[in-house]
Amino acid sequence: MHELSITQSLLDVALRHAEKAEAQRITRLNLVIGELASIVDESVQFCWDLVSKGTMAEGAELSFERVPGRLRCTGCGREFALGGREYVCPDCGQRQVVAVGGDDFRLESIEIE
Amino acid sequence: MTGVRQVSVVEDILSANDQLAAANRERFDASGVFAINVMASPGAGKTSLIERTIQALGEELRIGAVDGDIASTVDADRFAALNVPAVQINTGGACHLDAVMLQGALPQLDLGEIDLLIIENVGNLVCPAAFDLGAHRSVLIASVPEGDDKPYKYPPMYRGVHALVLNKIDVLAAFDFDIDYFRRGAEALNPGLAFLPVSCKTGEGLDGWLTWLRGEVAANVSGNPRPRG
Repeated sequence: MHELSITQSLLDVALRHAEKAEAQRITRLNLVIGELASIVDESVQFCWDLVSKGTMAEGAELSFERVPGRLRCTGCGREFALGGREYVCPDCGQRQVVAVGGDDFRLESIEIE
Repeated sequence: MTGVRQVSVVEDILSANDQLAAANRERFDASGVFAINVMASPGAGKTSLIERTIQALGEELRIGAVDGDIASTVDADRFAALNVPAVQINTGGACHLDAVMLQGALPQLDLGEIDLLIIENVGNLVCPAAFDLGAHRSVLIASVPEGDDKPYKYPPMYRGVHALVLNKIDVLAAFDFDIDYFRRGAEALNPGLAFLPVSCKTGEGLDGWLTWLRGEVAANVSGNPRPRG
């Protein structure tokens, strides 16, 4: 359960930016989370209610934009979604593939009042 | 000031941890310490590989160890028995080490007397990957009994590590483990990683691991000369 420390970090980042913008309240956090970042949305949401209590972010809505993991075939260049029992190019069947996306793990923006 | 405004942030959620990790790394560099972060699921052989490493390299390198566990000092005691300075971090339930915990443990070690610091992370195949500690290299140990499908089931752990040690190859035949399938999955997620099959029990393959580690330590020492005095 590493989501608690991650959610605490998330709150710290959001509060720092909100204070800089002289906000009274944070109403929404827009997160971008890649499939290759091992984070469970529900756990973050659960921890959020706990850590944000009593701060200006209490009650703020968390919005998760999920970025799928992507693989690229080194043979034909085709990009496709991560998954399955084997990493194989769906076009040419080649097994020489590399991961090219899905590591995202950032707070994109906040909405404040 | 009225109404809702949107403020752009675009900041990594673990930026605070990353900054502390960078500070740890600077501290290591200033003392000429090369640090590795060893991660694996419980029972893969982290402590055994570290013991083997201390036994093999203890004469040529001054080694120190940091051990992260949820509770107990069992592993740190095993390292201390090999006459290396060892510090235990009990995470009190947390499933991973982070840069703050490591920072808190460093004052207990005389970094000026250490060439290679081996950090044993908490046994876990999900969490530690997200937290940079400030080590120069990260190593993931997998083991044959865990199965050959782990890179496909736990892809984040295979991203970002520099070396993948496959332990317990002495029992390959008993487990129907397809090394090529395993290796393909790991290399797709992490092209260019060092793949090092070993058996800590029989000693098979340990030369490959030790050669890799020696090379990394040497490359770092020549890249970051130890300060004089």
